[in-house]
Amino acid sequence: MSTREATAGAGPQRTRPGAPAPASRPPARRRRVPLRTRLRRDWQLLAMVAPGFVILLVFSYVPILGNVIAFQDYNPYLGANPLEAFLQSEWIGFGQFQLLFEDPAFWHAFRNTLAITAFQLVFFFPLPILLAIVLHSLLSSRLRGFIQTVVYLPHFFSWVLVVSFFVAMLGGAGLLAQTMREAGMEPWNVMTNPDTFIILVTVEAIWKDVGWGTIVFLAALSTIDQNLYEAAAADGAGRWRRLWHITLPGLRPVIVLLLILRLGDALSVGFEQFLLQRDAVGRQAAEVLDTFVYHFSIATGNYGYGAAAGLFKAAIGLILILAANKVAHLLGERGIYSRS
Amino acid sequence: MTATVARKPPGARPRRPAWEEPPSPLGQGAKAVLLGLLVLSVLFPLWVILVTSLSSRETIARAGGLVVIPRGIDVSAYETIFAGGAVTRALWISTLVTVIGTALALTVTVLAAYGLSRPRSLGYRWLLAYFLLPFLIYPPLVPKYLVVTGLGLKDTIWALVLPPAISVFNLVVVRGFFQGIPQELLDSARIDGASDFRTLTRIVLPLARAVIAVVGLFYAVTYWNVWFDALLFIDRNDMYPIQRVLQSYLLAGQAPTTSGAASGATMPPTEAIKMAVVVLTVAPIVAVYPFIQRHFVKGVLIGAIKG
Repeated sequence: MSTREATAGAGPQRTRPGAPAPASRPPARRRRVPLRTRLRRDWQLLAMVAPGFVILLVFSYVPILGNVIAFQDYNPYLGANPLEAFLQSEWIGFGQFQLLFEDPAFWHAFRNTLAITAFQLVFFFPLPILLAIVLHSLLSSRLRGFIQTVVYLPHFFSWVLVVSFFVAMLGGAGLLAQTMREAGMEPWNVMTNPDTFIILVTVEAIWKDVGWGTIVFLAALSTIDQNLYEAAAADGAGRWRRLWHITLPGLRPVIVLLLILRLGDALSVGFEQFLLQRDAVGRQAAEVLDTFVYHFSIATGNYGYGAAAGLFKAAIGLILILAANKVAHLLGERGIYSRS
Repeated sequence: MTATVARKPPGARPRRPAWEEPPSPLGQGAKAVLLGLLVLSVLFPLWVILVTSLSSRETIARAGGLVVIPRGIDVSAYETIFAGGAVTRALWISTLVTVIGTALALTVTVLAAYGLSRPRSLGYRWLLAYFLLPFLIYPPLVPKYLVVTGLGLKDTIWALVLPPAISVFNLVVVRGFFQGIPQELLDSARIDGASDFRTLTRIVLPLARAVIAVVGLFYAVTYWNVWFDALLFIDRNDMYPIQRVLQSYLLAGQAPTTSGAASGATMPPTEAIKMAVVVLTVAPIVAVYPFIQRHFVKGVLIGAIKG
């Protein structure tokens, strides 16, 4: 298995046909088998796919098409159910988008999102790589296994749980404040301080996922040819030069892939994480695009407006991931789809 | 073989390759501090929360809140919680959602993964594209909300169970494993007259236990952790899953309510009850996870490679 193949997440896009085969030129061997024969042969496979097909249709594809309410003045009270209301609602073209782009709260959320993404790209993204290299260098596999077990664990905690942990440790009534008060100091409460909020959410994200993030790098590290290290050492390369000239180039395809995925997701920063803490630190610091969509649609009943904000975010996200992928191709990397 | 780590069979004493320079004490020290702090940052809060949940009123009062050093064990917080009330009900709802959801999601995912594992089958390319596309485009929040409420699922557990019942990532993992099964095995089953359903249940599934355990853990954790969907779709507080209750006690500052039986001075301290709720939310994850953890690196990577 080569390093490139070991990249988690590379799978789906690679097998995904860039564009499904046009019906006009099916593979030669298919044409000879009549549809009825193939149906009789494959009906069980089709039946197996059906439940998943329906669930995706109802809960993914219909909502994606439902984005069109962004072009409506959607009024939930016009019908007995959302479908009727949708049919009755007035089409207003780009009116919602116009309002959106004039809304300072929207641009504030947009700026917050980008700032947090940039901050986490610098202070969070490299950490799993570093941790993977350190873990990989441990000689005792038992110790390594123990550390891995412990640091993967928080990945499985919900955001409610993670934030609760942080409140219990660092909050106003938490262990840190308690200890400081006993020591006669003025306790500081990082959980409600908007100025340091960006650091807090990054630390929380690191705590939750730094361990989990090492998995894919550890897999890539184990595929690097060990003879390279020995040869380099024989040629007089020290520890740091080997790290720079062998380890990091070996990890490069994985790093690029994850960077692309992260950039494509630049407008999503842990939604639940921010929603949970928004009231504690206030909107000024904690409003990101996802929480904006939630608060200005479902929480207030202004569905069309929220849908417009959501659609805008999805469109930018798609452009970002395609652009990042293009850049990766230009740099000679494989990116997420090899066929585009 | 010069592999530095991991390749050694367990038990054999790992050795540093001869060409590698001996580690500097500074580097070793930095490494130990880094890893030690990281492990401690996970284990220490767990410890404090567990100890506080098991502490008596006096111990908590003396510590001034959270307890680091235990002084005796007092299970009254758990007794109060299990005497009935919001937490018991929420635990029950969450268990129900997790069990039904995981069973359903595993069934749907395994069936779809098998149905999509044969490249020459009818409609293969279209179906595959159909199943993988949602990986790139998330269902948007507002229309999804309207669909779920429009179907009348609001305030039912189905609003929590159905939408996550197929995850593209998990589908890719399982399908990748299925495609790695030797073709001869499947061919011989077919020659013996086994249908696809039979091949799946008799031959493929017994081979796929590890990957199913891993994907089952992923689904179970998703369902146990469901919070935002409950915020959207569950308005009745007697239908709240545990994460919603945890949020209202720990983050929204609502005082834990218990059934009327225990009140006044006999009530265990709020701090202990809060921490007991945290412990009960963490416990299922911590209990199941170590058994499956050794499989999942392999499981996830197999899926990613073959997918």
